[in-house]
Amino acid sequence: MAIVVNGTSVDTDENGYLVNLEDWNEAVADKLAEGEEITMTEAHWDLVKFLRNYYAEYQIAPAVKVLTKAMATEKGMDKKEASEFLYGLFPKGPALQACKIAGLPKPTGCV
Amino acid sequence: MEGANKAASNEVNKNSGCCACSGGSCSDAKFLNPTPMLDELEHGPWPSFIAGFKGLAERTKKPMLRGVMDQLEYSYNTKMGYWKGGLVTVDGYGAGIITRYSMIKDKFPEAEQFHTMRIQPAPGLHYNTEMLRNLCDIWEKHGSGIITLHGQTGDIMLQGIEQDKVQECFDELNQQGWDLGGAGAGMRTAVSCIGPGRCENACYDNLKLHLKALKHFVGVLHRPEWNYKLKFKFSGCPNDCTNAIMRSDMAVIGTWKDAIQVDTDEVKAWVAERGLDALVNEVINLCPTKAITMKDGEMHIETRDCVRCMHCLNAMPKALSPGKERGISLLMGGKNTLKVGVNMGSLIVPFMKMESDEDIEAFTELIEEIIDWWDDNGLDHERIGETIERVGLKDFLEGIGQEIDINHVTRPRDNPYFKAKY
Repeated sequence: MAIVVNGTSVDTDENGYLVNLEDWNEAVADKLAEGEEITMTEAHWDLVKFLRNYYAEYQIAPAVKVLTKAMATEKGMDKKEASEFLYGLFPKGPALQACKIAGLPKPTGCV
Repeated sequence: MEGANKAASNEVNKNSGCCACSGGSCSDAKFLNPTPMLDELEHGPWPSFIAGFKGLAERTKKPMLRGVMDQLEYSYNTKMGYWKGGLVTVDGYGAGIITRYSMIKDKFPEAEQFHTMRIQPAPGLHYNTEMLRNLCDIWEKHGSGIITLHGQTGDIMLQGIEQDKVQECFDELNQQGWDLGGAGAGMRTAVSCIGPGRCENACYDNLKLHLKALKHFVGVLHRPEWNYKLKFKFSGCPNDCTNAIMRSDMAVIGTWKDAIQVDTDEVKAWVAERGLDALVNEVINLCPTKAITMKDGEMHIETRDCVRCMHCLNAMPKALSPGKERGISLLMGGKNTLKVGVNMGSLIVPFMKMESDEDIEAFTELIEEIIDWWDDNGLDHERIGETIERVGLKDFLEGIGQEIDINHVTRPRDNPYFKAKY
């Protein structure tokens, strides 16, 4: 499968994740978000940037636990509020949707 | 493997026509393709899932069922599985759908998607027929119609649905009061035995506790964000009909503190019917801790030696029943092979009363405490039993604020897992 962004075709796998991670840019992210029926706000972009930075450092997408804790620390929330906040931004789950929009590979594991 | 693949693909190509009839008219063509390997499974004396699959497929004519049977036949030839995972969820949920995509969808396009929806069971598996009929109707409308009651996780497994039908199907099920079960690194679907609903041995209302725990932990069940999975099972008595001690991280098992209640008249009636030999050979001699003796012609059970193995209570259900001071024991760490081998649960809380709402509240608070500790101290992909083993029981007990107790010692006298043939 492929999506077309500004006239350029970008390859995605059968679940809609980018095949080549270096294809990512903000326009691609917008297009991917559109596919997930998500309107990107500043909070969404913050999270996407957090994921990309984490991936650049560790070469792996963070576990949801790590993500929730980081959000909780950053926003001064407890873990439950942070979880609500994340699912508020990405209703089908931060692992599934946020990683896709951030151009990270599909998270593995039994979820 | 390549060779096996090739041989099997020849086999499949030979058989993949519309039907196996040899020329002539095709009027009574069967819906399913020939599956000689799978057919073998129908020959034994046991009920066969293949017979069920075929019946359902012929009745509903769902191509998905035919595709899955074809792929399974192929798998049996090549001795390989061809399902792979992925991510499918419904709105607001992070878990509950187990994805199955075919790795060889070009060969078996009808088997391309065969996702499973885990549905939480009612405590004690008590349903009314209307709920079950609704469940079946909704499932056959959107999915394959295949149901496993109940899977190893304790869930009702609705097997075989395509991604674009998942949300719609879930919405209808949810309207009827059903909810998705747990998956991933979070709280999992809890299981309880039939409890006081239908069993005289229940030492606490495990159905009520299951329901309260289910409601309390519903958020962390749908949105997994821990180190790894965590499972509850609620058994009413030490017979442990849910296998909690082996198959749950947190085994909540009913128990009692005082003496086994003995109805002397019923003991006499039992002996009159079965004879004194049976009492000695089948009850007294089989007591794993030799806690039973005869005193002045009457059966006497020494409470301090009793390990609540349930053997005598099961052998003489009318004469003996659990003591009056009842509650629960919490055992933790049961699991199958992972980083280390199979573990049975170890005793963490020897006794807790479980009667009032305050008791239940104290229980959920303790569990919250335990989960917080595990969240901070556990490693990624490590079950809580492994964490406890790694840091040591002492550190764990201190971490969750529990007293050290002589009952934490694994083996004071004899094997507490004794189980006899009746």
